[in-house]
Amino acid sequence: MNIYIYIIRRLLYIIPVILGVSFLIFLLFNVVCPDPTLIMLGKHATPEQMAMLRSELGLDRSLWIQYFDILKSAFTFDFGRSWNTKQEIFEMIKNGAIPSLTFTVPGFIFSTITSLSIAVIVAFYRGQFLDKFFVVLCVSMMSISSLAYILFFQWFFAYKLGMFEISGYEDGFPYFIPYVILPIIIWVILSLGYDLRFYRTIMLDEIYQDYVRTARAKGLSERVILFKHVLKNAMIPVITYVVIQIPYLILGALLIENFFGIPGLGSLIVDSINSNDFGVLKAMSILTSLAFIFFNLISDVLYTMVDPRVRLR
Amino acid sequence: MKSTAVETSSYQDTTDKTTQTPKSLWGHAWTQLSNDKVAMISLAIFAFYTIIALMSFTGLIASDWKNEIGVSYGAPSWEHWFGLDIFGRSVIAKTIKGTEIAMSVGFVVASISAFIGIIFGSFAGYYGGKIDELIVWFYTVVSSVPNIMLVMAIALISGKGIHSVYLALGLTTWVNLCRLIRAEVIRHKDREYVQAAAAIGGGDFRRLFKHVLPNVFHIVIINFTLTFQIAIKSEVILSYLGLGVQGRPSWGVMINDAKLELARGFWWQLAAATFAMFFVLLALNVLGDALRDSLDPKLKGK
Repeated sequence: MNIYIYIIRRLLYIIPVILGVSFLIFLLFNVVCPDPTLIMLGKHATPEQMAMLRSELGLDRSLWIQYFDILKSAFTFDFGRSWNTKQEIFEMIKNGAIPSLTFTVPGFIFSTITSLSIAVIVAFYRGQFLDKFFVVLCVSMMSISSLAYILFFQWFFAYKLGMFEISGYEDGFPYFIPYVILPIIIWVILSLGYDLRFYRTIMLDEIYQDYVRTARAKGLSERVILFKHVLKNAMIPVITYVVIQIPYLILGALLIENFFGIPGLGSLIVDSINSNDFGVLKAMSILTSLAFIFFNLISDVLYTMVDPRVRLR
Repeated sequence: MKSTAVETSSYQDTTDKTTQTPKSLWGHAWTQLSNDKVAMISLAIFAFYTIIALMSFTGLIASDWKNEIGVSYGAPSWEHWFGLDIFGRSVIAKTIKGTEIAMSVGFVVASISAFIGIIFGSFAGYYGGKIDELIVWFYTVVSSVPNIMLVMAIALISGKGIHSVYLALGLTTWVNLCRLIRAEVIRHKDREYVQAAAAIGGGDFRRLFKHVLPNVFHIVIINFTLTFQIAIKSEVILSYLGLGVQGRPSWGVMINDAKLELARGFWWQLAAATFAMFFVLLALNVLGDALRDSLDPKLKGK
């Protein structure tokens, strides 16, 4: 199949997916959900108050219009105002994105580089002590709750040793740095187990391929095979894995932000849960889903470009 | 010609000595698994947690976790191994109660997700066509919403408590299994043994559930251990966000309490919950890998 036809087909498939996602969000928040006005006003609300709030939030209109609103917001990014703070939701999300990205992006870069380099070393020494050590380390690291990591690191390094700021955040380039160092370290530690394990599997997948045996047979050194042949081929799944993770950077790290008082998107989500701010939650769900769909598309297209076998399907 | 004959006969000799009857896939898998010491220890740990959870569920142990048995924040001692919490309650009893929650969440969520995954995956793979397109579209949609948003949304709207945790996690973790089952059923559905089943008059349901599904069922088991882990980890996070169990101890609630305790030097609640979680997750992880090795020979050595 021609690659352009494939890309166009893949692009067109986005439409039913966006329709479905907005319908799912509509179903959850506007249909299944018990009356939000009751939660917001409390037990002693009069029917008049509830009716007023309902019309204010636009919940008294027909379900079709409510669904259409959600669908429209997926394209216009106009999510209306927060149910709680009455601010423009898109502004809130825009303001929250920067603090989130200041620690998720460095954390992501560091963890990818670290785990990829360890994976190459481990693949070189596969089956030996170092490999086994890292396998055990990965499994152990993945078995500890992320909450426990955050709690312990914050207490030990920030509180006990006083090496970092315990919590808080300041806007502007050099000022935020002291506040994000520890969150970055924690992000790296949290993702190291999963990433390393994944990259190791990819490396070993490639090492047992026939072309590696050929390369070995013609007398290439293990080092050349690893760096010139295996690493190059392993880059395909690595890149798709990296691309697919990008939406999670935008989503921020809910728990880390909450613990360190970073006013990012994760904090925004936690606050909206606590105040039943469905407007913000709907907007966040739609935006993160769109990001997910978009980066999935990119990763698929990249994959087809480098690996022609995929197109045949 | 001669040499192959010799080889075959010697091969038969050795097999006759070790195994009299031909073994099924499951028999082989069990033999391999039981030779793996680490996997057997993991299985024992998992069984131990399950028994603790069942005993706590039936009220045999830790039913008195609410009782005050000492001073507030009593340190670990010979009497109280893991110390006491703010109300002077035994941390070990709370940890056991938390084990009950975690194991029940693991079992229920992994079962719900296996059920949905099997039904959707096998129907999509077996029938193909419009049904397949519909199911693929459906799981693409579900997996397009980041899991954490979906889990929180479902937990939020279905009210607080253990049931909404079951529901939220069960309804969001099936996609992976569904994908795997679908792919595997597509590979199997036109094989000779299915055709043979059709030839002797087996209907679609019989072919699918009696013939194809047992041959892809190892995926379900491997996935079960994975979903179990995800469920336990997610329950802790949901509890922390206030969307989990209410009014009774769970590991997430205990770790959440530790947020205020740690600065004052009371580390035992955090330690108890973290270690309790660590061992069961470690066991599940190792068990999952061992199961993959023994049930899926293609993946051996990876």
